[in-house]
Amino acid sequence: MTAKTLFDKIWDAHVVKQVEGGPNVLYIDRHFIHEVTSPVAFLGLKNRGLKVYRPDQTTATPDHNVPTINQHMSIKDELSRNQVDMLKKNCDENGIVYHGLGTEGHGVVHIIGPEMGLTQPGMTIVCGDSHTSTHGAFGAIAFGIGTSEVEMVLASQCIMQPKPKKMRITVNGTLDKGVTAKDIALYIISKISTSGGTGHFIEYAGSAITSLSMEGRMTLCNLSIESGARGGMIAPDETTFNYVKGRQFAPKGEDWDKAMEKWAELKSDEDAVFDTEYTFDAADIEPMITYGTNPGMGIGVSQTIPTSEGLSGTDKTTYQKSLQYMGYNEGDSMKGKPVDFVFLGSCTNGRIEDFREFAAFVKGKKKADNVTAWLVPGSKQVQNQIEAEGLVPILEEAGFELRQPGCSACLAMNDDKIPTGKYSVSTSNRNFEGRQGPGARTLLASPLTAAAAAVSGVIADPREMM
Amino acid sequence: MAYDKFSVINTSAVPLPFENVDTDQIIPARFLKAVERKGFGDNLFRDWRYENDGSPKADFPLNNAKYSGKILVGGKNFGSGSSREHAAWAIYDYGFRVVVSSFFADIFKGNALNNGLLPVVVSPEFLEKIFAQIEKDADSTFEVDLPNQKFTITATGESSDFEINPYKKHCLQNGLDDIDYLVEMKEQIAEFEA
Repeated sequence: MTAKTLFDKIWDAHVVKQVEGGPNVLYIDRHFIHEVTSPVAFLGLKNRGLKVYRPDQTTATPDHNVPTINQHMSIKDELSRNQVDMLKKNCDENGIVYHGLGTEGHGVVHIIGPEMGLTQPGMTIVCGDSHTSTHGAFGAIAFGIGTSEVEMVLASQCIMQPKPKKMRITVNGTLDKGVTAKDIALYIISKISTSGGTGHFIEYAGSAITSLSMEGRMTLCNLSIESGARGGMIAPDETTFNYVKGRQFAPKGEDWDKAMEKWAELKSDEDAVFDTEYTFDAADIEPMITYGTNPGMGIGVSQTIPTSEGLSGTDKTTYQKSLQYMGYNEGDSMKGKPVDFVFLGSCTNGRIEDFREFAAFVKGKKKADNVTAWLVPGSKQVQNQIEAEGLVPILEEAGFELRQPGCSACLAMNDDKIPTGKYSVSTSNRNFEGRQGPGARTLLASPLTAAAAAVSGVIADPREMM
Repeated sequence: MAYDKFSVINTSAVPLPFENVDTDQIIPARFLKAVERKGFGDNLFRDWRYENDGSPKADFPLNNAKYSGKILVGGKNFGSGSSREHAAWAIYDYGFRVVVSSFFADIFKGNALNNGLLPVVVSPEFLEKIFAQIEKDADSTFEVDLPNQKFTITATGESSDFEINPYKKHCLQNGLDDIDYLVEMKEQIAEFEA
């Protein structure tokens, strides 16, 4: 028998049909939907006179559009309110479970899935959101899809996909103090670029990866799409099983034992072949920060902005346009650059561990007066846990307030917009032009580097303050 | 999604000589609040096309009267970022039928194909030739021949073959989409589940 990768094993087990000269018909175990990319799909179904085929395999929550204060009140923005209402209506009409604002199950879709145990090893998982790659942390094939594909899943529980190539990224060694999963991800993307992973599905391996917590693994897999890869995954192990066990929708009793037997098989065979391989050393990674307008434009926080020497043509004009947008010069040092906003949250870094790290860092320090900080838990469960662990008084003492769950300033569809020209150190996933509001300038970083910026009022190296 | 059948088109092109054109530029998130698929073309490249006060930015190619046509030509890694299909809808709704680049992001490419918008991949060298031809004469036309999978610069006769999956080619030529196909497979899907 040919040796298989982890990806092959899960993919091949979900192929319903291979279309001649075309894609695979791939069966989807779990489907998540939110308010922004689903309404047109439901409308399409209605126009075709179709019903949702397997409503119990889809879970819904509004996250992209929702306010992060006063969630008990009606949403002020009419278009946002309409989209959220439409999601609830579509779910009610089709028998889909809906976790509304303020309920115990509400939150960013990629945070609530794992929390509830809906995300499990060996599954195929899709959502009309590119950061669906997050769920790959459990040893699942998880990726973002377009609205046409959301309609396909609703109609048939399948989508049509060509099988991607396979890439393995191995990171060995031990991470330095102050270096997190976010830094591993930004480091990898800075090395392979935002298109290095295109056409591939990534498996992350190596001692620096297996030593990560589930939260860290989710952060790393979340950012796979920023390298252009459709998704990233990590073979499930004790860390994974301990996280899943006992959660609401996790298998119980005998079912758990059966699941464990199956999950134990979920690893790449020793002689499995990958189309592309990269190996990095954890010791080379320092806290990262981005200086440009795509997530590949990242450097260690102690470094200086690269020059455009050696670039030509559209490479050079694109690079210069990017620095001009940021208001930075080639060769500038990142440390000491001004900061106006700090955003802690998103499907990348909105989990309990991120808030623990941020709180531990700012404990006994004070937020800089020139910084506006938005701390947005990824879900109601995360919010509850922050409160239960006593982190709120620590944050408040340091001058920080907690908001309510949602995607918030990551993509600024709600009121949490960074004003034109302002600098935002953000734990989210994209620093594209205008991502956090028209004209906003985003610097991606870990929760620790964001905390260092929040208390310093400028870009700072968290290692020097721990 | 319903779209017009695609065969051969002959048209001028609009250049967008930047790399990594991400879907947040193609259609910013704040314009994704509609619950129907219409009018997205008005906000195509919104923040590159308009000032904050809504006045057009004169130097942006879509606002330059000399450029027109149904082909959009972009730098490498076109369509990176978010999975929003609104990006493909906005480009199609504006009036483009083809996007040419040397490299496309995966999700965007899939979304384009599902909406009758043809992504054409050419070599970096050929892409430079297209940009150069448009710069030389903005009225230059190009032929996109889907049946023969050929992209031709009319003025010079130079052409480049492009790849497309035979199944998606069949769909584009006949205005079909995957949902029709999948719904017809229901029995086989139910068997798979059992």
